[in-house]
Amino acid sequence: MDKRLERILPKVQKPARYTGGEYGQTVKDLSTVDTRVALCFPDTYEIGMSNLGMRILYGLANRMSGVWCERVFAPWGDMEEALRCASIGLYGLESGDPVRNFDIVAFSLGYEMAYTNVLNMLDLMGLPMRASERKDLTPLVIAGGTCAYNPEPMADFIDLFIIGEGEEVNGEVIGAYRAAKKSGLSKNEFLEQASRIGGVYVPSLYDVAYNGDGTVADIVPREGAPFPVVKRIAEDFDAAYFPEETIVPSTEIVHDRVVLELFRGCIRACRFCQAGYTYRPVRARGADRLVGCGVKALESAGYEEITLSSLSTSDYKELLPLCDGLLDWCEPRNISLSLPSLRADNFSMDLMSRVQKVRKTGLTFAPEAGSQRLRDAINKNVTEDDLIETCRVAFEGGWSSVKLYFMLGLPTETDEDVLAIAALAGKVLHTWKQYASNKARGVRITVSTSCFVPKPDTPFQWEAQVTPEEYQRRVELLRGAMRTRAITYNWHSPETSLIEAVLARGDRRIGAVLERVVKDGGRLDAWEEYFSFERWMNAFQACGLNPAFYAHRERPCGECFPWRAVSAGVDEAYLWGERNAAYKNEITPDCRAGCTGCGASALLKGGACDA
Amino acid sequence: MLRTRLLFEKTGRAQYISHLDLLRTFQRVFLRAGIRLRHTEGFNPHPYLSFALPLPVGSESLCELLDFDLAEDIDLGALPARLNAKMPEGIRAVKAYRPETKFADLAYIRVEGAFFYDAGVPGGTVDKLAALFREKTLVISKKSKKGFVDFDIAPCVQSILFTPEGFDRLAVRAVITAQNPALNPENLVAAVRTHLPSCTPDFASFKRLEVLRRDNNVFR
Repeated sequence: MDKRLERILPKVQKPARYTGGEYGQTVKDLSTVDTRVALCFPDTYEIGMSNLGMRILYGLANRMSGVWCERVFAPWGDMEEALRCASIGLYGLESGDPVRNFDIVAFSLGYEMAYTNVLNMLDLMGLPMRASERKDLTPLVIAGGTCAYNPEPMADFIDLFIIGEGEEVNGEVIGAYRAAKKSGLSKNEFLEQASRIGGVYVPSLYDVAYNGDGTVADIVPREGAPFPVVKRIAEDFDAAYFPEETIVPSTEIVHDRVVLELFRGCIRACRFCQAGYTYRPVRARGADRLVGCGVKALESAGYEEITLSSLSTSDYKELLPLCDGLLDWCEPRNISLSLPSLRADNFSMDLMSRVQKVRKTGLTFAPEAGSQRLRDAINKNVTEDDLIETCRVAFEGGWSSVKLYFMLGLPTETDEDVLAIAALAGKVLHTWKQYASNKARGVRITVSTSCFVPKPDTPFQWEAQVTPEEYQRRVELLRGAMRTRAITYNWHSPETSLIEAVLARGDRRIGAVLERVVKDGGRLDAWEEYFSFERWMNAFQACGLNPAFYAHRERPCGECFPWRAVSAGVDEAYLWGERNAAYKNEITPDCRAGCTGCGASALLKGGACDA
Repeated sequence: MLRTRLLFEKTGRAQYISHLDLLRTFQRVFLRAGIRLRHTEGFNPHPYLSFALPLPVGSESLCELLDFDLAEDIDLGALPARLNAKMPEGIRAVKAYRPETKFADLAYIRVEGAFFYDAGVPGGTVDKLAALFREKTLVISKKSKKGFVDFDIAPCVQSILFTPEGFDRLAVRAVITAQNPALNPENLVAAVRTHLPSCTPDFASFKRLEVLRRDNNVFR
């Protein structure tokens, strides 16, 4: 270890997140390695190590002989200061070697508020932030993840984006890079070549023209670059790699357990949900394989908890056999099974009692909207009866804590819809009073609201976000209607949501804002203690851009979106139809009831969508 | 009851694993190695794991002790190797055995370390330090739950020796109390900072070499 680090580490918070050396990390003999990859997560270790995608891509890259993939996370403020003070560049956790000497620096973009961390991390590595200032092939800076469906705000900084799931295409890009390095290609020669790989978007090969009103006029590919770049998926998800042997952090992380991914995609089509559209088509793993993967992962990691993960876990067709298979193994070993993101509609008492056998955790539901009318408009097909019935069963079974998540500012929302949230929470409380098996313990009902952020590739991508002032008015309205002590109300700041909205649907010009914010000291913007709304507003002003143009403007049908050169596989006409259905309060049945023709199944060469 | 004691080392990158994280890490190491431990009864069953002396973050040790109860009678000779196959880097099981002593009988720790002076060791430092630690009382201000309190470390230092090692560092060898009260080696630096500010090192690091009984023999 770097002697200078030995002096720093005892003085920073939670130093174990900066050392590497965990059980299960991959260390390779450098004499056998020709390509070094830094897999970077632009948030803290605790967040990044909780990300299943990181573990998948790390495992797959390290399966390639000659390739050594290491992890890099964003340091917390105290560590960043110490690193800068000692002029120590950001290093790979496994080797401790500076990332600036690596071949490929790959960022996972899962959340818009982490963009400033990407820039700051490049700076901490000692690399220029702007792609155009990095003239050499090495190091190549690439990025992928959910946010890459609108790569434009990051287009100035990233050499190459990978669109969609990385399981297959990452290996292809690494392979192309190795060949290019061997034959001495220039960076531009390599990028032109790489743009021919399916799912690869090279932003420097696309020219963007703007209209006088600031909207995008046209996006034109150069040098034969594809238009649009269609996302890649792991077609045979059942057989796709699952990290059975993975890193076990030596310090506590957010999701410190085995995460078993049941299926990709979602049959539900909630109109606000980006993942619900961009993860299509639906592809599931068989219950037998999942039980096998889960048991192997638990054995190899020594974790005492396993959780099931998917966009809507209770829609997994073989959920009961899967839970039985896992519980058969877990129960005698005191290992607990947790089920997140269950829907209130098909949350069966049977399932609940099975999970309860091991450990009883709190119940969390996301009705998203208070009134049935608005839930229909956003296509969140949960009824009040379902929710109340589920709560009744839970209260009878001894649960005494319920969390309810809502969004304010959804398209078509009225004050009546806002007040319906209070009414719904009141009904949950009433249900507890009627049915609780143990009233002495009291009840805790938590209502949380956040400000809706319209996202690309959803039916609401044309919508305006409400202003922070309007959000705050609705918060006060709701607060006034929920006065009982049994109900706790938490609301998220609308300022972060405003910035998130700008970045989510931003164009290439937003890059200058990001750069400005980082140069003004911005980083860790997903963390309240670091986020500064003022710093962002100053940066917009300095760059001559109006955040309201991006966040609060309703787009007309047919507007050329900044992300038009990238396709998530769902037809824009389909999304527009869904948007119109929302305004008529019409629901779209889930994909299992019948295919609604979104277009994503065209991504599967052979089979059909496994809804 | 199959009470078992493990002697292990914690060095290198593992020195930054905190006490609480070490507890979690060992729980998982046992699970990975397929070694079943007896669990506590009750609402939230967990294995009984007891460390002799919490090791400060940023200190290395060659003599950590951990007690636990095995759920089945297994070959203790093979236990360290089974654990080491599943350890994070820097933690190494040395020996497992049935304990015949109680942690309460732990009296002293032999430590070695270094005081670093980046601009070179100031002249006369060795003698000044030696004189300082001969004082009958050596009070430092120590942070406690109630705020800062005075703490006389003199009774906690059984012996201490400073030896020059190159132009910018002094080797420190000491025997200090293990408990009632325990001395954190960082307190040695605090004493210098308080009473001999001109000899305060820029950085100090310590490693535990051995744990001792009251009669100064090795504790096991």
